[in-house]
Amino acid sequence: MDRVVPHFQEELEALQSRLLEMGGLAEERVRACIEALESRDVSLVAQVMGGDEPINQLHIEVDNRCFRLLALYQPMATDLRAIVSAVKINTDLERVGDLAVNIAEAAQRYTAHPPVKKLIDIPTMGTIAQTMLRDALDAYVRRDTALAHAVLNADDELDALKTQVFRDLLTYMIKDPATVEPALDLILISRHLERIGDHATNIAEDVIFMVSAQDVRHHPPAHERA
Amino acid sequence: MRNSRPVRWLHGPDPVTTADRALPSLAGLAARPHSTVEQSGAPKIESIGLNFYYGHTQALRDISVKLTPNVVTAFIGPSGCGKSTFLRTLNRMNDIIPGARVQGQVLIDGVDIYQGVDVVQLRRRVGMVFQKSNPFPKSIFENVAYGLRINKMTSSASELAGRVEESLKQAALWTEVKDRLHSSALALSGGQQQRLCIARALAVRPDILLMDEPASALDPIATQRIEELVYDLKKDYTIVIVTHNMQQAARVSDYTAFFWLGKLVEFDRTEKLFTAPAEQLTEDYVTGRFG
Repeated sequence: MDRVVPHFQEELEALQSRLLEMGGLAEERVRACIEALESRDVSLVAQVMGGDEPINQLHIEVDNRCFRLLALYQPMATDLRAIVSAVKINTDLERVGDLAVNIAEAAQRYTAHPPVKKLIDIPTMGTIAQTMLRDALDAYVRRDTALAHAVLNADDELDALKTQVFRDLLTYMIKDPATVEPALDLILISRHLERIGDHATNIAEDVIFMVSAQDVRHHPPAHERA
Repeated sequence: MRNSRPVRWLHGPDPVTTADRALPSLAGLAARPHSTVEQSGAPKIESIGLNFYYGHTQALRDISVKLTPNVVTAFIGPSGCGKSTFLRTLNRMNDIIPGARVQGQVLIDGVDIYQGVDVVQLRRRVGMVFQKSNPFPKSIFENVAYGLRINKMTSSASELAGRVEESLKQAALWTEVKDRLHSSALALSGGQQQRLCIARALAVRPDILLMDEPASALDPIATQRIEELVYDLKKDYTIVIVTHNMQQAARVSDYTAFFWLGKLVEFDRTEKLFTAPAEQLTEDYVTGRFG
């Protein structure tokens, strides 16, 4: 059916496109900070550390758009859920941008030391976190709750890898105290990546709420319910 | 069997029943409105398979719903959807319309109001407030006292004055008019006149208050006062309110019924209906997607 208020529809579409732009930036920054860590590329590290401003600007813009839509149109039902979800996704994406900066800062400290070991699990975590973020945003665009559920399930893998990274690095630290400082930075990075996965999970939960009005937050994962 | 229900001719029989011809198709809608409402206890108002006709035109189609006591229920829907017609069937205000007839049942406290019920008594129990305030060209006091006098509901002047005061207080008008009770009601502002009409309806101590767009002609502040009043009154009354203003329905009501083309499409808790309606038609209406 045609919308009685086409302007509102245009505004909603503009809001969605700004959120996606923000999502693209956040995803790219996660990719860049892991690449910088792996390649020990100091200039790329600096680029990530100093490049948070566009996301911060979008954070404010998206919030303002949501406030305006709520105040002017008093949306209901699916439109209300879309805007409330946008407010929350906006916060998650901004936090992802901040976490990329945190990873870059840890990478900068890490590259001042010789490498502790060849990085395997952390780049894998980076890939999973990026994929989760991309899938969560794709689910948002396509209103795809199945994909959103897949994002929720992927989070378990990320959590397991974080624990593995910690155990692995603990053995290096016990063997050689000189590795403690750089190893702690790697542990921090794995923690930041795990948090990025949590934000992607939040976004997926918001997508499910937006599409089907189901609140799946704080529910035990499927394998625990079984 | 719907056809076996008695037809009540409110204003003389209509010889031809061609009602269905006038309406667009309602194919695709469930036979009963979508609802997740679980009723506990006896409903205050219940309609069962209610059909209503204005001459050849069917205005209500098979409306079955139960309204809980001491809550506010809002009726929403586009113009001509039947929400005001249904409201008026609840105290038989449609009886006066030529050619109108009703099929099915409306029960209040389990009693069918179309079967041997005295209409005057019924309307005393089921008060009504209209879109346009309609005070009598009398004093403020006399407007509220009118129903009490004609029903001989008070035995002394002091009791009458007490009931007038109580009603004006319930309608949140007392402090504004207590020093000019004997001035003309027509000198009051629009919002005050509407609250006076509410006081007048409350004076005869009804159980149910029907409100047909009670704030649509009022400014935002007067509207807010009416909404606050509705909120306060529900502890003592069962309130049904028809409104075109969806935000108002969302603010004041506990349950909302969405009507479309004479059919009750969805009836649910207000919060559910406005955030996650079950029917696509409701979704399209509350999001403004009716084109």
